[in-house]
Amino acid sequence: MNSYLLLRHREIPDIDKLEVYCQNGGFLGFKKAVTTMQPEQVTEVVKASGLRGRGGAGFPTGMKWAFMDNRSWPHYVTANADESEPGTFKDREIMEYNPFQFLEGVAIASYAVSAHTAYIYLRGEFWQIARQLDWRISEMKDAGYLGEKIFGSGYSLEIYTHLGAGAYICGEETALLESIEGKLGQPRLRPPFPPAYGLFGKPTVVNNVETLTNLPLIIERGADWFRSYGTEKSPGVKIFSLSGCVNRPGNYELPLGTTFRSLIFEHGGGIPNNRQIKAIMAAGASSALIVADEKALDTPMDYESVPNLGAQLGSASVIVIDDSVGIDWLINKTVQFFCHESCGKCTPCREGTFWMAHLTERIHSGKASWEDVKLLYDVASQMKTKCLCALGEFSIEAVMSGIDRFKGDFEKRVGANERI
Amino acid sequence: MLSEKYPEEIQNLLKKYPSDQKRAAVMALLYLAQRETGYLTKPLMQEVADIIDISITDVASIVGFYSLYHEKTGGKYRIQVCTDLPCALRGAEEFLEKLCENLGIRVGETTPDGLVTVERVMCLAGCDKAPLFQVQTKDSIEYHENQSVEKAMDLINKWRR
Ligand SMILES: Cc1cc2nc3c(=O)[nH]c(=O)nc-3n(C[C@H](O)[C@H](O)[C@H](O)COP(=O)(O)O)c2cc1C
Ligand code: SF4
Ligand code: FES
Repeated sequence: MNSYLLLRHREIPDIDKLEVYCQNGGFLGFKKAVTTMQPEQVTEVVKASGLRGRGGAGFPTGMKWAFMDNRSWPHYVTANADESEPGTFKDREIMEYNPFQFLEGVAIASYAVSAHTAYIYLRGEFWQIARQLDWRISEMKDAGYLGEKIFGSGYSLEIYTHLGAGAYICGEETALLESIEGKLGQPRLRPPFPPAYGLFGKPTVVNNVETLTNLPLIIERGADWFRSYGTEKSPGVKIFSLSGCVNRPGNYELPLGTTFRSLIFEHGGGIPNNRQIKAIMAAGASSALIVADEKALDTPMDYESVPNLGAQLGSASVIVIDDSVGIDWLINKTVQFFCHESCGKCTPCREGTFWMAHLTERIHSGKASWEDVKLLYDVASQMKTKCLCALGEFSIEAVMSGIDRFKGDFEKRVGANERI
Repeated sequence: MLSEKYPEEIQNLLKKYPSDQKRAAVMALLYLAQRETGYLTKPLMQEVADIIDISITDVASIVGFYSLYHEKTGGKYRIQVCTDLPCALRGAEEFLEKLCENLGIRVGETTPDGLVTVERVMCLAGCDKAPLFQVQTKDSIEYHENQSVEKAMDLINKWRR
């Protein structure tokens, strides 16, 4: 048995070629679904597998599918390939090197919710990947895996790519749908949620690329097999994107529940330049800052354990921060990002990120007093729970946890001015 | 006229979406329009608006919303360097600064010969291969990863020839 489930290209050369993919079990899962299972049975297997969304929220995939409104048609599936969270680069590796497993996953999800059209929403920067996918989709069509009467059944499916044009917010599922519809990529008020009212007003499933790439093997090998990986509540493997102050940054496919220590020190080779690890961000720039003490390092990376550290696993984009980094600098970076990417639809986020950017800049440049740090904390607190979508919430995570947990860094910055 | 120059391509783009949802093709059409000169003029936006029956105001707001559409001319090659947090932890700021120094321009500016514009961008999903940048031209986007200033200058000098 091969050791990779998702990054299989690392073991099987040329798996990005249709022929090689088929020689290695390609489309067996999709064929099994279409020729031997009812759509609801596919959903049941995915529910039983315990697969949870890999895009950030960790929502159970089968349960999401079961919410699809069967009174309204047609149904759509959209793959979220926007991958714009700073520190995240896993979906890209899948789509570039193991594309057919992802596309087969899109097809299985589509069959499960009886959708005949699926869209893959890629960030505009993935222009080349979109072209490669277009080409692979047409190969699948020629081979009879897409189009009409797939595997001689009555089922038909078309998959299309849709290219974004540079906007982080389009990774938020309702903004993504607006963007496909040709509107500004701004989140919708929810409810209704996409399974009730999604693309073009029709029931829609939105799933992350990595989530979908799990499906072929789950259907082929079954829910129990899948549950033999990971933990009880977070089954399966996860691709951890490791970046920042670490010797071997990159993607690591490991069981959910692997500890931070194992990822950063065993797999990632530890911290360069004889530095000490200071903090960890587990969900890219949207993370709360975790103090990298022994307890944190021994914490399993799964959806249940990371919250014990006052943080979230999110997309599992692990950014390592060493002791040369000032947290006042760091939050200035993350806030600049969110200020730039705020879609402007609601006031607390639009104004809040702007003010936080202004304040963190002042603080980092050493021109601020402790009053400014307090004001920054205040602005962040006031944004809490008042934003229309999670971007606003993300933007305050590093700020509030940074000031709470690394107060010394801020005191040092403003210290000089206090004395004046 | 776009519709005369690329009739087939436009039809294929429209075919991706339900026939009563032509507007969904706007982003792809804007990329097509940008192929002409590398940025989007009012007449080009009007053409896009006409193809999908929406107003030019709507088209213009979409152009303004997304960062890969340009309303002003820039260099033939737009070098977009990521300096977001993970890249900044691996020397991206220093890379950008030295690159600009070598080219004699500041971030956001274009070299006098009109060849290169250097821009600062957010995460490009290549954080493990920093420093990195993408090069946007009127009809393509290409990644250049694990960069050094020397490597980048070699690339630019190749364009110059
Ligand atoms: C601001 C913001 C950005 C997001 N970016 C992404 C993204 O790039 N990719 C992604 O899969 N999910 C992203 N999400 C999460 C999606 O809204 C959605 O939950 C996810 O695509 C669902 O798929 P899953 O259940 O398979 O994880 C983002 C959410 C927010 C609020
Ligand atoms: S929270 Fe921010 S990104 Fe989300 S809708 Fe409001 S302004 Fe837009
Ligand atoms: S932070 Fe630069 S590519 Fe991700």
